[in-house]
Amino acid sequence: MLTTDILIEWLVKIGVVFFILMTAIAYVVLLERRLLGFIQMRLGPNRVGPFGLLQPLADGLKFLFKEDIVPLEADKALYVLAPMIALVPALMTISVIPFGDKIVILGREIALHITSVNVGLLVVFALTSLGVYGIALAGWSSNSKYSLMGGLRSSAQLISYELALSLSVVGVIIFSGSLDLVEVVKQQNSFWLGFIPKWNIFTQPIGFLIFLIAAIAETNRVPFDLPEAETELVAGFHTEYSSMKFAMFFIAEYANMVTASSMATLLFLGGWYGPFVDKFPLLGPIYFSLKILFFLFLYIWLRGTLPRFRYDQLMRFGWKFLIPVALANVVLVAGLALLIY
Amino acid sequence: MEKVFFIIIASLSVAAALSVVAQRNTLYSAFSLIGLFGCLAVAYITLQAHLIAAIQVIVYAGAIMVLFVFVIMLLNIREEELRVDRNRLLIFSVPLGGLLFGLIYFGLKNFKIDEIKGAPVGTSEAIGQGLFSKYLLPFEVTSILILLAIVGSVVLARREKDGDIEDIEDDEQVVKVSMAEKSKVEETKE
Repeated sequence: MLTTDILIEWLVKIGVVFFILMTAIAYVVLLERRLLGFIQMRLGPNRVGPFGLLQPLADGLKFLFKEDIVPLEADKALYVLAPMIALVPALMTISVIPFGDKIVILGREIALHITSVNVGLLVVFALTSLGVYGIALAGWSSNSKYSLMGGLRSSAQLISYELALSLSVVGVIIFSGSLDLVEVVKQQNSFWLGFIPKWNIFTQPIGFLIFLIAAIAETNRVPFDLPEAETELVAGFHTEYSSMKFAMFFIAEYANMVTASSMATLLFLGGWYGPFVDKFPLLGPIYFSLKILFFLFLYIWLRGTLPRFRYDQLMRFGWKFLIPVALANVVLVAGLALLIY
Repeated sequence: MEKVFFIIIASLSVAAALSVVAQRNTLYSAFSLIGLFGCLAVAYITLQAHLIAAIQVIVYAGAIMVLFVFVIMLLNIREEELRVDRNRLLIFSVPLGGLLFGLIYFGLKNFKIDEIKGAPVGTSEAIGQGLFSKYLLPFEVTSILILLAIVGSVVLARREKDGDIEDIEDDEQVVKVSMAEKSKVEETKE
């Protein structure tokens, strides 16, 4: 039953995770700007604080004090609602993501996730699929042709790549036999020959690549950032947005990146497992963060390296290449599962 | 506790459903429908059917309604173009609505809410067991139905490529012929 103890534990967990997530988002933005700087042979923002570490704080303050502009012809209710619809599901997904095994603090055994749902994987997909409405609505309600184009593109893109994304995960579900994210991670705990970890990336590399590509497309990042393609659409769906409303889209995008990275870690890279985790459970979250950091680095690296797809290329790649390969992968993995088990 | 929760969810879903038909703007209707699906998903969760709730959101709110919204945005119809004389439609809508309510009333009159309680039917295990044993035939028939729909839509959306190419070739020939004629004319001039 619901006792005050559990309620306090929940509230503390939610508070801590929310704080860490928001800080992580702020510093991923800084990391991106600095890394992009280095990739492009310049320094990036390094003036505010040591190594520019206080830059996110300055950016946040600036967002707060900027004038909030609503276009005259915009649909005001939906225009205000859109950034909220984009942000809320993006932040909610973190609630079902486990970032470690149980640890003991002050004599209490605490599981390192906000809540455990037996269909956690589906909850993540459900919430991420709702995020598109924020972008679509922002595009429609701004009453600007660039925004509308961005919104349209994003809905088409998200529907197309969601199929490949879901199909690439089917293989993982076949192996783990569960939709619970904790179970999915625990299934990858043991070793082959004593030293190769049983991560899903080794048994289904094709599935991993499809997941990675589709996840980048789902988060609207380069080379799939057509919804905001700044060279042709000004800034796409958020052209008309300013101040904190723009910041909300920005936070939502980076929260989605963190979610996609943690999903890739949980599903294919063994989650929080690594050397000595069994003896020191506190190492779990550290390994988990390092693995997430790797994917975030990959995101930024891709942005610094690749040009953007053309729209027809994007659609052809999604429907005619990614989805058939994902389907074939499901059959392949199902056969593999029969052989192994 | 459960009852209070149900009343909140039920009244919210009825309000959303009313809003779907009452809105003049199609996009607002579509979003009311998404809200309705959200309320239904919460109702499923209170019935311990987490899988159904998740699928409800993924399939209806996350996929089908995105297509609806996409089409509405693509057509970009504004309110002024949608003025229909609603009073004329009342002749049909009132009797039909009354009939529907009557059917629902008689259908549910002898239904006891306690029948739902007992073993959970909405977990992934229970649904999987059901789909691949007791309800295998309806499940397969439904999938064939969906397959037919997919084939149908592909046929409808397919462009008549062969015809297009012939047309282009014809045009090219015409251009060539006219070029040849032109050069002939020029030759004769010289």
